[in-house]
Amino acid sequence: MSINPQNLRYSKEHEWLSAPADGVATVGITSHAADALGDVVFVQLPEVGAAVTAGETCGELESTKSVSDLYSPVSGEVTEINQDVVDDPALVNSAPFEGGWLFKVRVSDEAGELLSAAEYDAFIAG
Amino acid sequence: MSQPPRHTALDALHRALGATMTDFAGWDMPLRYGSERDEHQAVRTRAGLFDLSHMGEITVTGPRAGEALDYALVGHLSALAVGRARYTMICAPDGGILDDLIVYRLGEQEYMIVANASNAQVVLDAVTERAAGFDGAAVRDDRDAYALLAVQGPQAPGILKSLTDADLDGLKYYAGLPGTVAGVSALIARTGYTGEDGFELFVAPGDAERLWQALTEAGAAAGLVPCGLSCRDTLRLEAGMPLYGHELSTALTPFDAGLGRVVKFDKPGDFVGRQALEAAAEKAAASPPRKLVGLIAEGRRVPRAGYPVTDGSGAVIGEVTSGAPSPTLGVPLAMAYVDAAHAAPGTAGVAVDIRGAQEPHRVVALPFYKRER
Repeated sequence: MSINPQNLRYSKEHEWLSAPADGVATVGITSHAADALGDVVFVQLPEVGAAVTAGETCGELESTKSVSDLYSPVSGEVTEINQDVVDDPALVNSAPFEGGWLFKVRVSDEAGELLSAAEYDAFIAG
Repeated sequence: MSQPPRHTALDALHRALGATMTDFAGWDMPLRYGSERDEHQAVRTRAGLFDLSHMGEITVTGPRAGEALDYALVGHLSALAVGRARYTMICAPDGGILDDLIVYRLGEQEYMIVANASNAQVVLDAVTERAAGFDGAAVRDDRDAYALLAVQGPQAPGILKSLTDADLDGLKYYAGLPGTVAGVSALIARTGYTGEDGFELFVAPGDAERLWQALTEAGAAAGLVPCGLSCRDTLRLEAGMPLYGHELSTALTPFDAGLGRVVKFDKPGDFVGRQALEAAAEKAAASPPRKLVGLIAEGRRVPRAGYPVTDGSGAVIGEVTSGAPSPTLGVPLAMAYVDAAHAAPGTAGVAVDIRGAQEPHRVVALPFYKRER
């Protein structure tokens, strides 16, 4: 059984992307990525209104052991950031697919390399 | 050439507990079992149980064992009382630190050196070579003779007392005595690397699992949890304790690291590194080089080992050696070597270059955290 929700798509940098509603999709990191990071203590997100580009860094996640870049899985304009996760970064660990979402983006372009849940399962199984 | 990682006697148990494992100095060790921040807080407020079997034990015995160690190490080990332990170092002839060590005097003619896993072979080779000139001092590689478990935290004495008749109240900090814990023969030492009260238990590898289980059961009510190396690192960082490969290296003398007090020039006889260390002591007194300081971040981004310390305008005045978000203080902390002119606590304008941005930091004296006694 996969822990990766079927209704999401995934990047090889371990971000997930929801199906867009009215052109706006939600972005977060997967539980696989959150487990690998350990306790997340600080998230730096792009600003609302900022343009993000598929496959390029748009923020960072600090954990006890390391800092990791946050990559945008699609191109577009940031419409909202999750203030809850800024205030309480532990949400990334406790609810990566739900309350730990990171930002919403009005999608202008998909790089076309996003994976289905089954493909991502296979990817992380290596 | 990469060797397959070594496994401790508790390996199966770590896996059964769901530990995230990591390669550390050639050993496959538990990094964390669950949340490393929860493990850290458990040690600060209750108790934590660690497998430290990767540490390297070397035994030196014989009528001239103390004399041989006085020559091989920078400390005055022949003066150490039986049953006591000492933090010391072994240096190269040029004064560079080969490793930092704890030496236990187990008997009139018996010492045990505990070296870092990453340096254990270097220490064994150096001590063997340096003791060779002393008839009546034998060096034994005991790395495989011991598993090492540590119980650390304010509840550690109570937990251990329930499993042993040994006189723990009479056991001072940096002392060790042989005893029986949960039916297992152990060297019980009141040492640690966490800034808390606690014990390290050296036992035969075959007894390790039994002791681990007994400690887990005895500690359950007090809130003892298994702890990995990740929280051990943040615990020692808060306590301002150096880690070899970070604050200590062959490029530094004990005086460079602010730990010149471990070098005992007044002990009898010569010792390896004496001449170089005398020069290093003079130099440190006359024109202090960089100093090891504490840095507390004003922001939330974390200074990491290797990041430049700057004067705020980008001019490099030092380098971070260890850094992490502090679970106890709730802010990012670092240890760093900083030019003496900028090393005084309270020095204004100091920054860490965190991936191109000058992030302001406060210079403070170490340690960041000191337990209440």
